[in-house]
Amino acid sequence: MSVVEKEIEAPASSSSSSAVVVRFAGDSGDGMQLTGSNFTEATALHGNDLATFPDFPAEIRAPAGATFGVSAFQIYFGADEVTTAGDDVDVLVAMNPAALITNLKDLLPGGLIIADADAFTDKNLVRAGYKENPLEDGSLDGYRLISIDITKQVIASVEPYGLSHKFAVRCKNMWTLGLVMWLFDRDRTITIDNLKAKFKSRPEIADANVAALNAGHSYGETAELPTGVEVYRIPRAEVEPGLYRNTTGTEALAFGLIAGGLLAEVPLTFASYPITPASSLLHSLAQYKEFDVVTFQAEDEIAAVCAAIGASFGGTLGVTSSSGPGIALKGEAIALACATELPLIVVNTQRGGPSTGMPTKTEQSDLNQALFGRHADTPMPVISTATPGDCFEVAIEAVRLATKFSTPVMLLSDGYLANAAEPWKVPDLEQFEKFPVKFETNPDGFEPANRDPETLARVWAKPGTKGLEHRIGGIERDFVTGDISYDPDNHQKMTDVRKAKVEGISQHIPKQSVSQGNESGKLAVVGWGSTYGAIRQAVKRCRAEGYDVSHIHIRYLNPMPSNLESLLKGFDQILVPEMNTGQLVDVLRAKFLVDAKGLNKVSGQPFKIREITDGIKALMGEQA
Amino acid sequence: MNAPEKLTIKDFSTDQEVRWCPGCGDYAILKTVQKLMPELDQPKENTVFVSGIGCSSRFPYYMETYGFHTIHGRAPSIATGVKLSNPDLDVWVITGDGDALSIGGNHTMHALRRNVDLQILLFNNQIYGLTKGQYSPTSKVGTKSPSTPDGSVDMPLNPCSFALGAGARFVARSIDTEAKHLTTVLKRAHAHEGASFVEIYQNCPVYNDGIFELIKEKKTAGETRLVLEHGQPMIFGTERDKGIKLNASTLALEVVTLGEDGVTEEDLVVHDETNRMLAQLLTQLRAPEFPEPVGIIYCNPETAYEDSVYEQIKTVREKKGLADFTNALKSGHTWTVS
Repeated sequence: MSVVEKEIEAPASSSSSSAVVVRFAGDSGDGMQLTGSNFTEATALHGNDLATFPDFPAEIRAPAGATFGVSAFQIYFGADEVTTAGDDVDVLVAMNPAALITNLKDLLPGGLIIADADAFTDKNLVRAGYKENPLEDGSLDGYRLISIDITKQVIASVEPYGLSHKFAVRCKNMWTLGLVMWLFDRDRTITIDNLKAKFKSRPEIADANVAALNAGHSYGETAELPTGVEVYRIPRAEVEPGLYRNTTGTEALAFGLIAGGLLAEVPLTFASYPITPASSLLHSLAQYKEFDVVTFQAEDEIAAVCAAIGASFGGTLGVTSSSGPGIALKGEAIALACATELPLIVVNTQRGGPSTGMPTKTEQSDLNQALFGRHADTPMPVISTATPGDCFEVAIEAVRLATKFSTPVMLLSDGYLANAAEPWKVPDLEQFEKFPVKFETNPDGFEPANRDPETLARVWAKPGTKGLEHRIGGIERDFVTGDISYDPDNHQKMTDVRKAKVEGISQHIPKQSVSQGNESGKLAVVGWGSTYGAIRQAVKRCRAEGYDVSHIHIRYLNPMPSNLESLLKGFDQILVPEMNTGQLVDVLRAKFLVDAKGLNKVSGQPFKIREITDGIKALMGEQA
Repeated sequence: MNAPEKLTIKDFSTDQEVRWCPGCGDYAILKTVQKLMPELDQPKENTVFVSGIGCSSRFPYYMETYGFHTIHGRAPSIATGVKLSNPDLDVWVITGDGDALSIGGNHTMHALRRNVDLQILLFNNQIYGLTKGQYSPTSKVGTKSPSTPDGSVDMPLNPCSFALGAGARFVARSIDTEAKHLTTVLKRAHAHEGASFVEIYQNCPVYNDGIFELIKEKKTAGETRLVLEHGQPMIFGTERDKGIKLNASTLALEVVTLGEDGVTEEDLVVHDETNRMLAQLLTQLRAPEFPEPVGIIYCNPETAYEDSVYEQIKTVREKKGLADFTNALKSGHTWTVS
């Protein structure tokens, strides 16, 4: 039995829970993401394990009160291991009718609603599609409702600061946060510090926000709230000792790239073009000029990858980053890097597609693109990240593979990982093995086509090195000299060696392990990317119920670990949950001739744990 | 920087068989560039030639320097990356009218407006050679080609006007077979800090033969070529009897004959290569109505992009102090679990 299911049974009476899901929802201009991130920080400091899911519209400021403009931030926190942002919501904060109507379906029966009654005006109700005011017509009787005139309360609490009406009302997210912090017994100090730092140049705004935060908190302490609404006590999670911080996938990826550069002893040149949800990586790295990272905002996606390739030719490690549509634009240039065998990292923060699709929503539908989405025979390593914290290690691994094998590497992340936060044990770089790049310096016997006999990596000779002047290019190159060659046998040989080089990487990566469960058995649930957390919990629950099920998480998608085939063949059945229509499952079937089955979802939302446990049970039967 | 040993043209020629058509203007340009290299007096290993796709883009294979033959239109972006990775390198971009102005127009524009310290040499032959003769974005209206059998109907792009419009701070023009003039122009382009743009009229003997004949031929060149010299009045003509005058009422340049209607040298425009307005007017001059300007049309240097980038990095490093990765990881709120 899971912690969430316990909640379903007795939500109203439990003031001491082991885990809770809270969702803040409001207009895209209501500051819900800021509210959520402050609550996350306080929760991490409180000692709970947590995972978050920021879910916002592509519109920066949608018309007020519109359902398509609702921005939400969900956080799941508890005393046990938390690896997803939670299936069902225990506490829903609804700042207006649109936020309520679009989020109510996820609230557990008996769940708590905190609503700003002042925002439930006739106009907003109509805009959200309500005929009657749900706060008054009894339609919410199956829930516990705290309907407060938040706007009025906020205006009163910030009155001493002389703000205009507009600025005063903007403090209502902090008032609400204060109330929710009371509800979960969180310390407000961090939020107060954050507000003071954020509004450093406008102290009156900082003070007003702090006053609103405190007023919301006092409201919880003093107001008469409905029966059963009292402070929740969530015990601390038992986590590995050490120094922790919160991180999003993007931050961890940025740190990982820097760390990779340090371990490889090579500077990075990061070239990118703005695209949701990948831009934040450029923003993150642009802040770290004290490290050997030059960032470059190019004129377009193609220029970005080309600048990165040029930088690699020039003797630094070129990195480019985008999301699916941008990666499509980079395709031709990535193939140039494959052909000329230059190191390059391409980060794809996947989003809902095709085309513009759903830029702020998550999906993992670019696996086929990563594996096959280039002209000609252009194999390249593809690796993926599982959690926000995992982005750090995977980024280092991308640097290692790119530099060791002189090849472009595709790193797949996604919109969920990029934005989601989790507590992260601060890594110690000393624990990572260095892999210094060796640039060629010796002109004796030098040819640009020379390769390492073991890894098949092409020599890396950078301009500025005396005696190594040479030309490379997209025209097929002679195996021995690197000069242009149209020789049929040479083309065969070069195609073979490029393939063999990438396939050979399987000998230089860890063997596939089983994340949870036995190494053989009735069912293996096989995943990649950000479905890790949901699969982990689902397998945990099913195993607790006696199901013979194991979890295999594949980080290396090309080449795959050398033992993966035999491992998969040790299971009677294979289930592959993916946020696409079945891409990895096809690869596994084609590669290993196994009867793997897909469990697929493309709603722009991460898997719920229950969706995967349902999938497992559908395959194995209700009997364990 | 001083090269320790004296290099010669041989040091810059590769062992690769040159594969252009006989009579191609590219041969002449290659020779001129190979000959120029030793005169630049810099370590050979610091020189990089980057090209895109097209006949001209085979150029790097024949230069005994570092070279990268890349993909269609993207040479300016690749070159930008090379320069960002190592600003000490001397980076040349070799491109053509299709490569730089059609598929790669965007990159050419941005390399110029960013002012990356590159020498961009655009071999303009007004045709697609490597793909067998289709009309290009610089082809004259009415150009008959396999893709325009009844003549092209779209207006051509003027490379030097485009470069100026993009914010280029060095714009020049020369001619493939005019080795001496081309050498002078390329030397200036090389000395210029920031992006320098050089349009080179280049003859394609196979698909567009004689397109610049009027300007190249000794017999006609006197009347069709305006050799620009900074600080000198704009005089041309076989007899050096014609000049360029600014019509103040139309703000246009016009051709005048010295001695006619009382026109003297005093009335002519004196070339000022730092004058952007004048440069724009000059690039509009087209034969046979006007002589076509060759030489340095515009030169007005500003800090190169990569210099500003590294200057900013330097400032941040001075302010933030020595980079400490562990400290960066621990920045923001942290907590200890014991």
